[in-house]
Formats: sequence, structure tokens, C-alpha cells
Amino acid sequence: MSILVIAEHDNAVLKAATLNTVTAATQIGGDITVLVAGHGCGAVAQAAAQIVGVKLVLVADAPHYAHQLAENVAALVVTLAGGYSHILAPATATGKNTLPRVAALLDVAQLSDVIKVESPDTFVRPIYAGNVLATIQSSDKIKVMTVRGTAFPAAATTGGSASVETVPAVADAGLSSFVGQQLTKSDRPELTAARIIVSGGRGMGDGANFKLLEDVADKLGAAVGASRAAVDAGYVPNDYQVGQTGKVVAPELYVAVGISGAIQHLAGMKDSKVIVAINKDEEAPIFQVADYGLVADLFVAVPELSKELDRLKAAG
Amino acid sequence: MKILVAVKRVVDYNVKVRAKADGTGVETANVKMSMNPFDEIAVEEAVRLQEAGKAKEIVAVSLGVAACQDTIRTALAMGADRGVLVETDAELQPLAVAKLLKAVADQEKPDLIILGKQAIDDDANQTGQMLAALLGWAQGTFASKLEFVADALNVTREVDGGLETVALKLPAVITADLRLNEPRFVKLPNIMKAKKKPLAVLKPTDLGVDVTPRLVTLKVQEPPKRQAGVKVDSVTTLVDKLHNEAHVI
Repeated sequence: MSILVIAEHDNAVLKAATLNTVTAATQIGGDITVLVAGHGCGAVAQAAAQIVGVKLVLVADAPHYAHQLAENVAALVVTLAGGYSHILAPATATGKNTLPRVAALLDVAQLSDVIKVESPDTFVRPIYAGNVLATIQSSDKIKVMTVRGTAFPAAATTGGSASVETVPAVADAGLSSFVGQQLTKSDRPELTAARIIVSGGRGMGDGANFKLLEDVADKLGAAVGASRAAVDAGYVPNDYQVGQTGKVVAPELYVAVGISGAIQHLAGMKDSKVIVAINKDEEAPIFQVADYGLVADLFVAVPELSKELDRLKAAG
Repeated sequence: MKILVAVKRVVDYNVKVRAKADGTGVETANVKMSMNPFDEIAVEEAVRLQEAGKAKEIVAVSLGVAACQDTIRTALAMGADRGVLVETDAELQPLAVAKLLKAVADQEKPDLIILGKQAIDDDANQTGQMLAALLGWAQGTFASKLEFVADALNVTREVDGGLETVALKLPAVITADLRLNEPRFVKLPNIMKAKKKPLAVLKPTDLGVDVTPRLVTLKVQEPPKRQAGVKVDSVTTLVDKLHNEAHVI
């Protein structure tokens, strides 16, 4: 068996989701090749070559790969696909955009959001917002799947020594072009990679009140997230959203503040190691999954939490 | 401009889904079914484009059992002009759905196809991308804003780091994300009107599409339930427990 993993990157840095996907590939078993498609992405290829378990890194460097346009990246992957038994990508916005296009061009099915490898042809994936897990067997000659990062540990970033080869770019499909982006700038860790996440919901009442959470997050070295209700209300940008249709996270500590715990939110965070809920409604469903629940007014409890963290730090 | 919208009949989002005891699937008997919420957003966007004078005709397509006619009627009540049902009792997986939609698109020749970004039953998030691939068209997935500029369509997409805008050549496939719009409530007179709108019924064989599933579901089961923990009486206790008991801070 031989497995092709499509790297997630921004031309400068290899994204952590790639490492989890490599681990899933390792569990399937076989030679692992990582494809880095981008522009000026040599550093990413070098980083990919260091990942433990990777045998070969393929680099396709062309201006029309700079922004990971699905039309162009999929066309490239299809030209390389012949030699592989499996094609994997992280279940990120990029992977979800590109990989079904690859699968359709290869006339094979895709498995989305794989959370467990049972055997080289059988996998587990969540359906119905994670309320049910389906064990699925694929009969296709090439198994194409996106991998949920939180379900697999990250492969080690140093110690590997893969060779790096250049592959020719496929001509620009000319169907789409990149216009611009508005990325949220933050010094805090990324949601999907954070050890601690502090999330706010509709109970925050206003975008400005997220300052309270940011204050606590900074003391904990945490990322800030939000429920769909808070994003829909315009309190914070869409990329804060944790849930079935937002980001799926599994940090060591998830602090849910003013979040009622709708199914679709729980789907995105219920695999966190420790869950804390702060909500004034003691009937809120979030308490049914919380390890520690505090029934309190968040506008009193969160500033108090901030002070307690100062005290804890001072106590060393 | 002609717009095709694809709508899926799914278990209503308010229903708490349970695995069947024998693990062969989920309980769907006597369960409320509705239009997939993301597809409602897709229909709404098409209707708004028509109201803005940009679209001439909206065709709503659904695939599956005869009851999918209800889903199409909902789309017609929202403002779509006519419906097409590709009727089959067979299990349809995303690749087969994409192939059927391509066959319908080959007949209808739309300028734009809008779908929901994922269905809330199988959570696959594949059909739009697969359809774009099979048609050889551009794709604008996870769309939160559409803007026509000259002969291109600018699509703002919800991505992991924020928002991204791409320009697509038409015809194109769009998949709707949550914040593209807020679907309207359907009014009773429109439901009555929708009953009189044309709805054609086809079979997969009419379209020459092989819908044989490629994936076999061996079993479905509910994940282990997370147990509720303890309630703490103060922030001080909470911080103490997180530090000394859970060791996470």
C-alpha cells in the first residue's frame, strides 16, 4: 500500500493538521508520500521531509497553487493519484474543499472526517453531528478521505528524512482566481491546536464582552472560541465558531461561558479532556457534559476567575 | 440567468437521532423530516437573486424517495419556479447524487447551481464539490456572500482563518454556509401556490446514471456518553479543582 497525504500549509509554514493526518496514514500502513502544492513553498517541503514516517515529499510549485484553489489542486492530485491506494487530507476548510473534487474526478467515493482506522479499507466517521458513529467499508480501488485532526495524535516533526522531489504543475484551469482574504489576526494559539480554549455563547450579550474572555484566555495561554449563536449574532467572526459546522476541537480544557450547549455545539467540543461550564441557567444542557459546572452570572464569575488565576500564579 | 438548487430531505434538526438497536442504521420511522437547513439557505439565495432581477428561473431538484416531493414543494413555496424529482428508493451516496445532479444540469443548462454545504444527516460535505468536478466548473464552497462583477462571480468563503474571496467563471457551483442569508418563513398563500407549480419526476435510469453505493455501512452505534461531572459552588473551588484535581491549569 502507498498513501498520499496532501499537506496543509500557507506556503511558509506546514500546518499542524498535516501531522495528525500523517498519523492516520501510519495507522493504515504503507509508504507515505506528502504532497506540498503551493508557490514558493520550499520551506514547507523541507518541514514535511522531517516528519517521522514520511518517505517521500512531492513539491508542485506554481503561482496558481499559491491559494490552494480546489480546481487547480484537484487537477494536480488526479495526475499523481494512480500510484496510491489511499489519498488523505486534513478535514480543514481547505481539505474539505479540495478532496471531494479529487474523489469525483477519480470516480471514487470519499469518506469525510475519519476518526478511526479499523483496517486499510474500514474506517469510523461521525454522522448526525457526532450523535452516531458509522463504521464504513470502502470497495473503491483508491480510498479518498479527510481526517479529523483531533482524533489522531500529531506525528513527530523532527527525526524523519524523506527525500524531496519536484513534480510538474498542471496548467491553470482558469476557472477561478484568488481575490483577497480577511484573516483574523491574533497572538493567541489557533483553536484547533490550543491546549486550552475559552468559548463564549449568546450569554455574552455583546461582542465587546468577549474582552472578559480574552483576559482569562491570555492568562491561561488559551484560544478564544464561540458558539454558533454568538457568531450569528455578530459578536465575533466566523472563524471562532466551534461546532458541527465550525471547528471541531479537543483541548485539554474547554471553558464554555454563557453557552447553552446545543447539539451542534457539543458535536464540536465534547471530546475535550476536561469541560467547564459557566452558565446562569442550571438547566442548560451544557452541564450534562461538563466535568465542572458553575451556576453563576458570567459577568460576575469571569472577572472573579481572572482574579483567581492571578492569585494562583502569584502562589506559584 | 437560470439557477438550479438542490434540496435534500433529512431528519429534522430538532430530532435527537438514535442508532437502531441492531446497529444497522438510525431510527427514521415516525421521525419528522425537513429540508436540510443549509439547502434552505441555498434556496433563499436563489430566490433573492431572482428578486434582485439577476435570475430568471429557479429549478429545485431533489433525489430520493417519493416523499422528497414535499421538500421540493417547500422550495417552490419559498419561490422556486418548478421542481424536478429523481425518484428512487435506493441508498444514494454523494458521488451518485453528484452524478444525478450533473445529468439534470446537462438537461437544464443552468448558469449557477446552489447547494447547501453539507447535509445534517451524513455530514459528508462533498456533493457540491463533486458536482463541480463532474461538470468541470468552478466551485465556491462555504459561501457567505455572492457578488456579481462583470462576467464573474465573487464568492466570499468561510475558511479556517477567517474569510476568503475568490472570483469564479460562470457557470459555477456554490455551496451555502450558515451566514449567506437567513431563510424566510414560508407563508400559507405561497404554500397553496406551490401546489400548482410544475414538478417533473424522473428515474435514475432515465438519466443513465449508475447509483450503486461504493461504501458499505457495516454498523452504526452511539458514541460513549460523557458523564456529567460535579457542580461547584464558587469560582475559588473551580480554580482549585482545575489546578489540584484535574491538573489542567
